[in-house]
Amino acid sequence: MHPAFSIVIFTTLSGLGYGLAAVLGLGLLDPAATATKIAHLLALALIATGLLSSTLHLGNPQRAWRALSQWRSSWLSREGVMALITFVPLAWSAWASLFDGRYLALPGLVGTLLCAVTVYCTAMIYASLRSVQAWHTPLTPLCYLMFSAAGGLVLASFFGFAGAGSTVLAPALAATFTAAAWIAKLFWRHRMRTLRPISTPETATGLGRIGRVRLFERPHINENYLTSEMGFKIARKHAAKLSAIAFLLGGAVPVLLLLVLPLAGVGAGPSASLIALLAACCHAAGVLMERWLFFAEARHSVTNYYGG
Amino acid sequence: MTLLPAQPTPKKLGLVIDLDVCVGCHACVVSCKEWNTGGYGSALSDQDPYGADVSGAWLNRVHTFEVIPEGGEIVGEAGEARIVHFPKSCLHCEDAPCVTVCPTGASYKRAEDGIVLVDENMCIGCGLCAWACPYGAREMDLAAGVMKKCTLCIDRIYNETIEEVDRVPSCVRTCPANARHYGDLADPTSAVSILVAERGGMDLMPEQGTLPVNKYLPPRPRKPLADSAHSLPLAENTDGAKGFFGWLDGVLERI
Amino acid sequence: MNSTPRVALSEPVGDEVRKTTCYMCACRCGIDVHIKDGKIRYIEGNRDHPVNRGVLCAKGSAGIMQHYAPARLRAPLKRVGPRGSGEFQEISWDEALGIATGWLDGVRQSDPKKLAFFTGRDQSQSLTGFWAQQFGTPNYAAHGGFCSVNMAAAGIMTIGGAFWEFGAPDWDRTKLFIMFGVAEDHDSNPLKMGIAKVKKNGARFVSVNPVRTGYSAVADNWIGIRPGTDGLLILAVAHELLKARKIDVDYLMRYSNAPWLVVDAPGTAEHGLFARDAEGRELVFETVTERIVPRGTTGARPALSGRYTLEDGRFAVPSFQLVAEKYLDPKYAPEAVAGETGVAVDVIRGLAAEIARVAFDEAISIDQPWTDMNGERHDSFVGRPVSFHAMRGLSAHSNGFQTARALHMLQVLIGAVDCPGAFRFEPPYPKPVEAHPTPHGKAEHFGSNKPLSGPHLGFPRGPEDLLIDADGKPTRLDKAFSWDAPVSVHGLMHMVISNAHAGDPYPIDVLFLYMANMAWNSSMNTAGVIKMLEDKDPKTGEYRIPKIIYSDAYASEMVAYADLVLPDTTYLERHDCISMLDRPISEPDAVQDAIRWPVVEPDRDVRGFQTVLLDLGVRLKLPGFVDHHGRALYSDYADYIVRHERRPGIGPLAGFRGPNGDRVGRGAANPDQLKRYIENGSFFSAHIPLEAQFYKHANRAYQDFAVRMGFFDTPQPVTFQLYQETLQKFRLSAEGLREPFAPETHRRRILDTFDPLPFWYRPFEEEIVDRQTYPYQAITQRPAAMYHSWGSMNAWLRQIHTKNPLYVPGPICDELGLIDGDWVFLTSHHGRIKVEIARMEAVNSSTIWTWNAIGKREGAWALDRDAPEARKGFLMNHLINELLPPKGDGLRWSNSDPVTGQAAWYDLRVRIEKAEPAAASEPRFAPVSSEGHSGPKELRYGQEWAK
Repeated sequence: MHPAFSIVIFTTLSGLGYGLAAVLGLGLLDPAATATKIAHLLALALIATGLLSSTLHLGNPQRAWRALSQWRSSWLSREGVMALITFVPLAWSAWASLFDGRYLALPGLVGTLLCAVTVYCTAMIYASLRSVQAWHTPLTPLCYLMFSAAGGLVLASFFGFAGAGSTVLAPALAATFTAAAWIAKLFWRHRMRTLRPISTPETATGLGRIGRVRLFERPHINENYLTSEMGFKIARKHAAKLSAIAFLLGGAVPVLLLLVLPLAGVGAGPSASLIALLAACCHAAGVLMERWLFFAEARHSVTNYYGG
Repeated sequence: MTLLPAQPTPKKLGLVIDLDVCVGCHACVVSCKEWNTGGYGSALSDQDPYGADVSGAWLNRVHTFEVIPEGGEIVGEAGEARIVHFPKSCLHCEDAPCVTVCPTGASYKRAEDGIVLVDENMCIGCGLCAWACPYGAREMDLAAGVMKKCTLCIDRIYNETIEEVDRVPSCVRTCPANARHYGDLADPTSAVSILVAERGGMDLMPEQGTLPVNKYLPPRPRKPLADSAHSLPLAENTDGAKGFFGWLDGVLERI
Repeated sequence: MNSTPRVALSEPVGDEVRKTTCYMCACRCGIDVHIKDGKIRYIEGNRDHPVNRGVLCAKGSAGIMQHYAPARLRAPLKRVGPRGSGEFQEISWDEALGIATGWLDGVRQSDPKKLAFFTGRDQSQSLTGFWAQQFGTPNYAAHGGFCSVNMAAAGIMTIGGAFWEFGAPDWDRTKLFIMFGVAEDHDSNPLKMGIAKVKKNGARFVSVNPVRTGYSAVADNWIGIRPGTDGLLILAVAHELLKARKIDVDYLMRYSNAPWLVVDAPGTAEHGLFARDAEGRELVFETVTERIVPRGTTGARPALSGRYTLEDGRFAVPSFQLVAEKYLDPKYAPEAVAGETGVAVDVIRGLAAEIARVAFDEAISIDQPWTDMNGERHDSFVGRPVSFHAMRGLSAHSNGFQTARALHMLQVLIGAVDCPGAFRFEPPYPKPVEAHPTPHGKAEHFGSNKPLSGPHLGFPRGPEDLLIDADGKPTRLDKAFSWDAPVSVHGLMHMVISNAHAGDPYPIDVLFLYMANMAWNSSMNTAGVIKMLEDKDPKTGEYRIPKIIYSDAYASEMVAYADLVLPDTTYLERHDCISMLDRPISEPDAVQDAIRWPVVEPDRDVRGFQTVLLDLGVRLKLPGFVDHHGRALYSDYADYIVRHERRPGIGPLAGFRGPNGDRVGRGAANPDQLKRYIENGSFFSAHIPLEAQFYKHANRAYQDFAVRMGFFDTPQPVTFQLYQETLQKFRLSAEGLREPFAPETHRRRILDTFDPLPFWYRPFEEEIVDRQTYPYQAITQRPAAMYHSWGSMNAWLRQIHTKNPLYVPGPICDELGLIDGDWVFLTSHHGRIKVEIARMEAVNSSTIWTWNAIGKREGAWALDRDAPEARKGFLMNHLINELLPPKGDGLRWSNSDPVTGQAAWYDLRVRIEKAEPAAASEPRFAPVSSEGHSGPKELRYGQEWAK
């Protein structure tokens, strides 16, 4: 699948944003701290940027509002609806923190729940597609949720070190969730690599009973919408390398950094903040790569008609 | 509304494509483009039409496959590879994943005849339906930013301004090899249903669970010429030309 | 469920339907052009049209994009830069026609042979030929010489008609259809419809073709023969049929020259010719009375074998004796030919068995009494439902003439010509050789300021009809009808440029071409031809071919080489007639012709070529174009179509003649004729009575019908010529036994190849080049969605074939380690190309091939410079020479059939080597500048109609 920049950015940023919002909703950080207030703003900004980014790939973004109508069948519509609904408790929580320095459990916990639901909806947009076998597994929403939670906790750790408290629990949870996310991803990836394709050129053409089927001539010689959208290919070796880097950046490095700080007994402060920020940036970069690979490595069943 | 209509729809209008006679001439491909670029919805645009990266939106394309026998049923002369031309357009699936994923309600399956359509005025061009379709039947028009797909020429088949005999999809009307048939696959007595029954019409990628309405007729099994090699009668008298002329005289006597 | 109608279901297609005839290829299907707001909304097949019955191919449906292509020429052009630069100045028609008239008038006054006028995909040959004849140059022909003259000549000389446009399989009744070497670009819709019928009826379809694409892909049996060996396969089948006694003796006796006595007098001028009586009638041996009598003697029962003494004491044998002896020879046994053809013994034998079984065990009969030309009454039409079709695959070999003859002989042997279920003639065919003219162009046939004394093209009856001078030198520029190619009945367009460049046999002054892309895909040795067009005489600084006039509708590669360009209209902007005088659209059951008319008006300063030709005829004051006051006889081509009469009452169109429009075939001109055609869907069809529909070659009712229709003035029955006497006359000349004697240089070749009975010899190129050095055969196939070079300027069609790979058989790929996308050098004795490959299994294992004419020259056809057609597309033509490699006799023989001169495109031998990857194919040529508009970056055709 074509790793469209807007979609990769969207899932990465909104994942981080919802993750951070969900952590804030749990009340782990000091609501009165400036860092927490900034965290609220950042979460909302990440979510909003992600959502805006997702509209960039629309052919007719001016009609995007229509996407809210089909929540009964469409995960994309559900995601849109949930994203809007989720803004209510998140904005409420942010308001309370920003202006009253207070944590409100009701909007907080509801917000956390809705964040999870929204991320789940995002994941299900992909996981529901049988045409992309690599995505069509409960592991997909699991990974999305875990990465979102991990991202949120990594960011929360940074804000913790930057003055919002929770310099032990947040990093510990961050490290745990990050590790868990990568373990889930490992399973996901293993599944993808060992899949026996349910659809093949033989089933796609129905000609399997005659023999092995190979594309002889494309219908039109040049690339078309289908081949550029669905026919994206990445070399296996290349993918493995990128995947390793993604794991290092998005998993190993932040876990290490976030575990080192509390273990070394470092409390809040500029240097710890800086290290935590580094961990957060690494994590974001790693997830961005993971997300890019999520698309780039997935094979769509239409490629059975295009010799791929 | 992107919920699917109650199953099955009273009519299942669709195509039956005969892989045994399709010669891969692309007549259906171009006729479809021609009809639909000036018909239903926005034009089917072409990008860089006279340049290096020429590409466009097409609702029907003919792929060409080579099939190499591997122990299975052998078609044609023993052991020989064969070419199969393979037209592909929307299959108007009963369980159409492209419809249910649509966030706006632009994609819908008609309750009365099962035709899957896109209301272009509602389409935001998110492309998710094209992802959901396992067959690659939907293509984004890059100029209009809306999703295009086979309409089964709905603006022909119900069009009262054209002659009744012509109220069939453009691709069907134009096919020189009679490889495309249109009809109601819900009606077991329809010509298309009978064709499907007689010829073992098949679904593409049944494992995707889409329940396609369109069916494909597989290439017919073939009888190798070599099987007849020994049916040629031996001459009455094989004594070269001399025997032949003796036979000839006999025949001439009888004329 | 919500299904409120969200779609306008009953929108009218357009404002108006205009019915005309397609010209996207040579099928000539009827089309309905829907016009909306003055633009073309939709083109579909005309349901009432007899050719296509409503269907239409990809090309036809893409007519919109052809019509609006940016490559259309816009105005007359005068060359201002050097040839090939593409630097032109737009001029007025008055100036253009003035220039052309000046050039042509000078030539006509001084030496009319210095005009060479050749047309390519011309569908108005009866006009262009007439014009050339009135001009007086002997140098006129269309493109048949490199297209399919072997098929045409062999067909007419054997059965009085050929495949393709002269007949068709009886699709409804045939039970076995065998097709040789047909690609998808000719007669394509009728063939596709026919194949569909064959398959629906459960009949067997056998395709003999090295490449299994297109029609071959759906064949029940595919015989992946080695190119150039079809004749051997056919003769092996004949061998098997003779051995099994599966021949139609009665049919042979009645309708062929099998009983005709052939003089057996070696060393005399009559050896091998038919014995004739004093009145010139061929003789047969009557077995009941045991007398020699003229053929056709009532009640005669002629012998088909034996040896008889003629009145003058010479011996003679029935020609069938020679047939049987020849083909019963074990050298034609399946075992003997399997190696050469690459076809397994059992497949050959199985093919013969199926032909025999269907022809005789599944014979059909139509209960319709009829009378033959001998006055004998028959109760029914007996049908042998085995039908054949063949085209360029057989034709474009140096043994193509004899191969096509072999195929027609096979049809006659089983009694399967023009009977129910078999190949059937389409009027005005069958037409015996005697009903065709002889060629004209000898020195006494032309001269200053006068018309040629007869038609250019025809059938020589023997060496005495050759167009040569007293020294045996050719009088035509292309050397047609010379000892080089005595039966070149379509001329030799492919030799025109090289001969004119070499001044051999003489230099010319004006080269006038219409719709022929000679600077690219229509020439062998393209690079050489380009040089010849650009070459100047160093002494004078003049181009060796001094003046070139070219007419085309599009900015093809050839345009850049013209000195004067006369822009033609598109096919939707013009009048045309598809005439009985030329290549009509008849069906076996009906006489048919058709017209085109301007369904849209040109928006550029262009004119239909035929109208321009008439205008030139007036300016040159050619007889037939002006009256005795020098005034124009016809205002334009439409007027000519209606009022021109070739013979009294016989004009270009057969329908709606006479003052009331109710006369068919013969009748006075009808001023409303075109209107009547348009009302009728732009075609005319007259049914042949059932009694006259079969056995047309010998059917009294048909022959009378043909005379009534004006095809002939007297009945012209055809006796099938298994034994071809004309060829024997050339052999006698080559033996020095019959005058005129063949020159020494040509004797061996004529003796070797002018066998009066069909035979097979290895194609010349394969025979001459080293088979180890060039181990493979290379050919081209024509894709269904492109017609020759037409299509790359079409935004829709070019998406289907944007470039062409070289298809390489799997075993060769494995041997050389090639995978899809690798690059190779493909080398022949003449040249080398570097191209990208793709693997293929469904192909003869020694045959490498590609799609024809996809490759374009950079800058042509109004495509961007980096268009894949120009970067990666390629032509096989670069590997093919007009001449064979030297074979040590001091001569360079042309790469063509020795009988007809047909260009032997398909004889190409090659070797293949892996090459480094590249960005562009080789050879490369400097870009020509495109004369068309450069196209838009995005097309949204019909967007204004979007709701």
